[in-house]
Amino acid sequence: MQTLLRTPLYDRHVALGARLVPFAGWEMPVQYEGVIAEHRAVRSDAGAFDVSHMGELTVDGPGARDFLQSVLSNDIERLEPGLAQYTLLTNEQGGIVDDLIVYELASERYLLIVNASNREPDYAWLREREPADADVRDVSDDYALIAVQGPRALERLGLSEAPAFTFAAGEINGVHCVVNRTGYTGEQGVELLVAADSAAELWDSVLDRGVAPCGLGARDTLRLEVCYPLHGNDISPETDAISAGLGWVCALETGFTGADELRRIKEAGPERKLAAFVMEEAGIPRQGMPIVEGGEVTSGSHSPMLERGIGLGYVPADLAQPDSDLTIDVRGKQRRARVHKKPIYSREER
Amino acid sequence: MAAAESYPDDLRYHPEHDWARVEGDEATLGITWFAQDALGELVHFEAPEEGATLTKDQAYAEVESVKAVSDVIAPVSGEVLEVNRAVADAPETVNDDPYGEGWLVRVRLSDPGQADSLMDVEAYKQHLAEQG
Repeated sequence: MQTLLRTPLYDRHVALGARLVPFAGWEMPVQYEGVIAEHRAVRSDAGAFDVSHMGELTVDGPGARDFLQSVLSNDIERLEPGLAQYTLLTNEQGGIVDDLIVYELASERYLLIVNASNREPDYAWLREREPADADVRDVSDDYALIAVQGPRALERLGLSEAPAFTFAAGEINGVHCVVNRTGYTGEQGVELLVAADSAAELWDSVLDRGVAPCGLGARDTLRLEVCYPLHGNDISPETDAISAGLGWVCALETGFTGADELRRIKEAGPERKLAAFVMEEAGIPRQGMPIVEGGEVTSGSHSPMLERGIGLGYVPADLAQPDSDLTIDVRGKQRRARVHKKPIYSREER
Repeated sequence: MAAAESYPDDLRYHPEHDWARVEGDEATLGITWFAQDALGELVHFEAPEEGATLTKDQAYAEVESVKAVSDVIAPVSGEVLEVNRAVADAPETVNDDPYGEGWLVRVRLSDPGQADSLMDVEAYKQHLAEQG
């Protein structure tokens, strides 16, 4: 039997009555009050998520920038200390080893926040390729990460606005942390990187400010409504960045790993594209369900905001256009769906 | 609001967490508090057609929450007389009131004696305790 890892907030989750489930080797809260209530709290006010299972890797040294430029898809030359960037770790085929955010902490010093399930593969990938003048370390156990998301998140935390993908040292009720202007919900908000031994105090401070604790269930429905891909579902080492619609984070001219293959796919046009869709009939799409016109559902769930089934899936490129009709095989029943432009949900339209 | 945990003593229970309220040669069927709690807030009820035939111990419908889908197992055999439209329209009714407004179907029993093979409330509570 494999022992599940626990974040520094495990005791808090138990005390709050969370339902805990295994996720990527961790024992994580899937919900507290309920997925739908938590989802709505984030869309209307503010919610807090323990995402301490995510991995933190540092890359230091005079060769760090050139090394990361060669293995990550986005153009790291655009960063300076205090700026962060969404990017991909790619393989020779242009497949996605992981999607992550890279932070320039200081000149010659970078932080990568990576998916929990990819912490070890990413670390091994980078260590295999690191040059003599760069040093990769896994510092995940030193940190906890708390996402606070929603239209009232900043107000509740007493933080001022700042541009997305910036970060700075800050404090909440005297607890020091790094305030990252990032998130996975489509709402305004922050992700607070904090020393593991201060995590519980920070979590308590956040909840004391009226932020609702939210589990991984709501995190998944929130990200799906705004069509953020989930590695392992929608993107993987077997799916390329162009077909996934992530060409915008691929600076092909930098010559990163797999750039030539991605250029070829881009010029030829991908055969399949990752499309977002909304169910036109009852039924909830789920990962692995066939799309009758070709392809399969890579993520599917019930949208609490639309109150109907939504999903992502790879479809023939000519069907990836908005308003194309799709048919989802929901356990043997053919149910109509329609391709929707991404994101499926945006606050401005409502 | 989700209902508080309860298991009425006038119902018969199936080990797959379904209940039957037997009245003569008819029965009303639903899922237990335990089943709805395990699933979380329901967002879809895939109902059988009225007139459909139910076979004891076989799936006759699906209930689905944000995170999971579950077959609903027939505790008895019979023919569907009525589907609860209120649940089809608002599946969370099952969470609010699993033994009342949240009933799923009404059936005519093909073998009224079958109900005797189901558990009474004490046996079902024992079954839940053993599931730990």
